[in-house]
Amino acid sequence: MNTAREQILKRIRDASGSLPASRESESEGLVREYRTIRTLNLDARLDLLVDRLHDYGAMVYRCAEPGLNQAVASVIAGRAKSALLIPPDLPKTWLPEGFRFRSDRELTYSEMDASEGVLTGCALAIAVTGTIVLRHSSGEGRRTLTLIPDYHLCIVRANQVVETVPEGIREMARFKGVPLTTISGPSATSDIEMTRVQGVHGPRILDVILVE
Amino acid sequence: MSVRVGEAARAPDFPRAAQHLLGNTQLRHNVRQATNVIRRKRASVVEELPDWQALREAGRQIKQHTLRHLDFYLEQFELACTRAGGHVHWARDADEANQIVISLIQARHAAEVIKVKTMTSDEIGLNAALEAAGITPYETDLADLIVQLGEDRPSHIVVPALHRNKLEIRQIFMEKMGLSDLGDRPEDLTNAARRYLREKFLRVSVAISGANLAVADTGSVCIVESEGNGRMCVSLPEMLITLIGIEKMIPTFQDLEVFLQLLPRSATGERMNPYNSIWTGVTPDDGPREFHVILLDNGRTSVLSQQESRDTLNCIRCGACLNACPVYRQTGGHAYGSVYAGPIGAILTPQLQSMEHSQSLPYASSLCGACYEVCPVKINIPEILIDLRGEVVERGDAPFSERAVMKAAAFALEKPGRFSAAQALARVAQVPFERDGVIRHLPGQLGGWTAVRDLTAVPKRSFRQWWRERTRGNLA
Repeated sequence: MNTAREQILKRIRDASGSLPASRESESEGLVREYRTIRTLNLDARLDLLVDRLHDYGAMVYRCAEPGLNQAVASVIAGRAKSALLIPPDLPKTWLPEGFRFRSDRELTYSEMDASEGVLTGCALAIAVTGTIVLRHSSGEGRRTLTLIPDYHLCIVRANQVVETVPEGIREMARFKGVPLTTISGPSATSDIEMTRVQGVHGPRILDVILVE
Repeated sequence: MSVRVGEAARAPDFPRAAQHLLGNTQLRHNVRQATNVIRRKRASVVEELPDWQALREAGRQIKQHTLRHLDFYLEQFELACTRAGGHVHWARDADEANQIVISLIQARHAAEVIKVKTMTSDEIGLNAALEAAGITPYETDLADLIVQLGEDRPSHIVVPALHRNKLEIRQIFMEKMGLSDLGDRPEDLTNAARRYLREKFLRVSVAISGANLAVADTGSVCIVESEGNGRMCVSLPEMLITLIGIEKMIPTFQDLEVFLQLLPRSATGERMNPYNSIWTGVTPDDGPREFHVILLDNGRTSVLSQQESRDTLNCIRCGACLNACPVYRQTGGHAYGSVYAGPIGAILTPQLQSMEHSQSLPYASSLCGACYEVCPVKINIPEILIDLRGEVVERGDAPFSERAVMKAAAFALEKPGRFSAAQALARVAQVPFERDGVIRHLPGQLGGWTAVRDLTAVPKRSFRQWWRERTRGNLA
């Protein structure tokens, strides 16, 4: 017998008293007059995303689809890295020659911790807030894969970019039950004298390649 | 039933605690500095959104709706979370919640836990209960770590260590982390915390979290954070225990679109905070294999039963009202004697305790309304403060001096003759206490009134007298 549960529910019912309307009709009547639709065209939307990502201190590179693996090569070479972790189902066409990519098949936390970084795609991005959404699955990896390494290179495609938060959440609602992480710039803290310090526990450096 | 809000039941009255803290210029400087920064950032990102007022209204309506049907939404959450492999527990009060947490940890024979910032755990005194049971809790939020290692108390909902400056923090870290050398730049201190905590993240197998939002229709939980310690705690350990105040429910996943706009802009002045984690039960091969939710009442249903003040439960713990409050900005958080400080603390703390403790808190406000203006879910805090003051008076818990003064005022104001007589009397009686037109201390029982306020002395001539004389002069 679960007495705590029954008691709490009873107290709530006693407190609510008689209700003026049914839950369903009340729920439908909630006023939502905030913006839910986009107003910018694709170019302006992408520019806004890039601007926001820069604002968070993330580096953004733009390239066309055929040049993606070359862009990956130049970004990671620019960071002086030679090997990155990748989720199991990352498209092989993204990977340039001359670097080592290790797929996450039961990597230990220590192996992730010792790595040079991780390369993933994303589920979508939200321009207004500069947010990247990871849907943790075989394409974007389990949660720890994009958390423990100190460097994250994320590929965002133009057709994954929405403008507003409501558009983004409505997309995310379709990924029922899958763990989600939203990333808006590298980890940061302002806990000490309100001075923003970038890079606390998550990856300290976030690079983004925007594929148009 | 033992509803407990930290140590609030034993804390000194606000005026007494505040008087002591007002002498601490370092603390006041830090608080002013920090709240100024957040206020400025908040104002600029709020201004960016043309639909901010519409978002606030939606936030208010969704919260009020959820609270009206809270029994339904809690059961819906329980069902969805359980289906997704989570375990849901219910706790009536602080002791019951602490006991559930301790039994879960002991069942795994664990002696250590990592924790991600949860106000709710401070509310129920979880750390003390864990330590008493031989379990070591490690706070992983940087500010909470500073507070924990400094054997201190949090002073702000969002930035709990804003009362500490970097030199103090350096001292605490060197001592408690056993470091022989450490720089004093925020970067150095943050790096020290990263190294200290990383080892714990990778090793400790049980984590405790709170929740910013709990989604009824999907059984999902959302944690809003900046540092990545939240992500660490919810995805590395084998077992995760999440403590959720029952008012944290929202009906649908889609409702996140409102609160994930309101919360970051109000709390830290960011368009979006660096990280949000949203998860549902357990996921094979990703994250904890065992997930427990504790739904906590601890006085919330008693707040719910008060029609005039139940909007208090709309609160999403953004802390904007603290930063805006002229009283909080002078005293800092410790004066409130509660884990919930500032305007929201002044209405939440006494109500959670059924108005039996912390009766001085509804008076810790000038009723200027700045808190209401910035509240992302439109809680009319000034109105609730007045309502609670009424309740304190009705219960006969108002301070003696205040009751005496109010009684005397009622008598004097009843008839114009009595009022002039009182003025004449006061003009004579105030002489020994007046200096430069101000009275700072009244004698005897009336001293209670001037302990927390200065009085303007009664002028030599009243307006009515002046008017009479002026009119006569004109006629002459």
